[in-house]
Amino acid sequence: MTPARQARGRELVARYPKAQSALIPFLQYCQEQDGYVTHTAIEDAAEVVGITPGEVESIASFYTLLFKEPAGKHIIQVCRTLSCMLRGAEDLQTHIKRRLGIGHFETSADGQFYYEEVECLAACDRAPCLQHNLEFHYDVTPAAFDSLLDAWQAQPPQPAMPAE
Amino acid sequence: MATFEPVLTAGIGELDLTDIDVYERNGGFAGLKKALTEMTPDSVAAEVTASNLRGRGGAGFPTGRKWSFLPKDGRKRYLVCNCDEAEPGTFKDRMLLEKTPLQIIEGLIISAYAMGAAQAYIYIRGEFLEGSRIFRRALAAATARNYAGERILGTDFSLDIVVHRGAGAYICGEETAQLESLEGKRGEPRLKPPFPAVAGLYGLPTVVNNVETLGYVKHIIERGAPWFAAIGPEKSPGPKIMSVSGHVRRPGNYEVPLGISARALIEEAGGLLQGRKLKAFQPGGASSAALFEEDLDVAIDFDSLAAKRTMLGSGGFVVMDDTACMVACAMTLTRFFEHESCGQCTPCREGGQWVARMVARLEAGEGTQEDLRVLGVINNTITGTNLCPLGDSIMPFLGSVLRRFPEEFAAHVAHGGCPLKQTASVA
Repeated sequence: MTPARQARGRELVARYPKAQSALIPFLQYCQEQDGYVTHTAIEDAAEVVGITPGEVESIASFYTLLFKEPAGKHIIQVCRTLSCMLRGAEDLQTHIKRRLGIGHFETSADGQFYYEEVECLAACDRAPCLQHNLEFHYDVTPAAFDSLLDAWQAQPPQPAMPAE
Repeated sequence: MATFEPVLTAGIGELDLTDIDVYERNGGFAGLKKALTEMTPDSVAAEVTASNLRGRGGAGFPTGRKWSFLPKDGRKRYLVCNCDEAEPGTFKDRMLLEKTPLQIIEGLIISAYAMGAAQAYIYIRGEFLEGSRIFRRALAAATARNYAGERILGTDFSLDIVVHRGAGAYICGEETAQLESLEGKRGEPRLKPPFPAVAGLYGLPTVVNNVETLGYVKHIIERGAPWFAAIGPEKSPGPKIMSVSGHVRRPGNYEVPLGISARALIEEAGGLLQGRKLKAFQPGGASSAALFEEDLDVAIDFDSLAAKRTMLGSGGFVVMDDTACMVACAMTLTRFFEHESCGQCTPCREGGQWVARMVARLEAGEGTQEDLRVLGVINNTITGTNLCPLGDSIMPFLGSVLRRFPEEFAAHVAHGGCPLKQTASVA
């Protein structure tokens, strides 16, 4: 394990009475650096919190925001639940998939974009909504999506899944 | 309505309440000062009990009674603030987190003082990264001014608050699943009893309270229990933030006195869209059974909605007008529960999956009469047969629209798809 990762692990463990509580924050930290939860991160996490790598894998697999394989530089998660559906989410989804040339749970060939339809994001008053690298975007029409896409591509690279 | 002044949402949209100076100038920390310098922990708890405040997270359990279950045996106890808002149609806790985090901190500290907790956690939904950043900054500002941390306001009371962000799982809003998750495990609900008050986080006595609930504690302490108890119905009193979305003109969070009619709430949100007619509404999130035009005068409170065999839940009020296909609505919601089942209990895991498949089939025009027959009877084997309420949430909406609009489901079979030919339905 790198010394920086070891130090971060110790900091996170110190927040809680029991080390295992730091597991998810630690995996989030590793994911921010690596883009997903790598095999090395699983072994490091097991060492940091004192459980087996198998247990870490089982726990990590429970949570949808921990990616088990490389996803993309831009993670686009579009709400598909009732309030967004009532206000045009399906049109938005169709538009995004056509524009990016990928489907639900898929990554573009250049590794840039990952697309996923997710459950209610708690922004139903501004439907349809989506998250890009965990940042909310509201009232997203197909045209608004195209402008967002241009803006994202012009941005300097940033972690797709920031930890804190 | 004209006479009702918002409390928790006061100033949101006009003031930057994340700024501690602005918060202080607008009544911030008055409840905390009163509780810690003028009241004993027991008198704070007694005030909350007297107010009849019921939990705003979904279950509606009396808050004072929940606190009273903590054993007085000298063991360490924890307070966990539940900010894992994920009930479809609900977006009030995210607003409170992002727009008025200091109010949450204030309510949380008062509550921890009342129950004698020296350690608190706030469990924030994984998707709320921005909210968690705003909350961390607010907590640092409050700590710097001695509203949180060591020897708060010069008293003997100290409270450490740890911010913990989840990683994506609806079920972690259920309190025992949340404790498992906070312990670094899979978020699988625990068998109860023992209840968290007796054996909660790390096996120690724990109270889990919703963000909005803790917010009202601040105002109950400031204004007194009689003020709160006098608003709305006697057994279901106080203001409540209702998240109104779907087919209304002004979707948003509306803080209203409980007991308001569904009709008046829809009017608050600007009414229906031009030329549309009401078809159905969900009063309390995805888990609640739908109500219809004939129910518009129902009072929005815990007991009146329970009497209608639905619930207030978390206050996610979703309006569907005559352009909405009930089969499509049922499809998104049954798919939601299928996706979010933790998988521990067979009726929820397997039943949820089959229900979602049958409804998806109907929606796609591939359903059969047999699907309709099975959906009509499957409730008996799914509902009431699971460890936690998730399994019991699969059928209420579907069952209610199946009973009310059987011809719409039958038409999907006969027509081989949706006869409404519904497209994006907001003009």
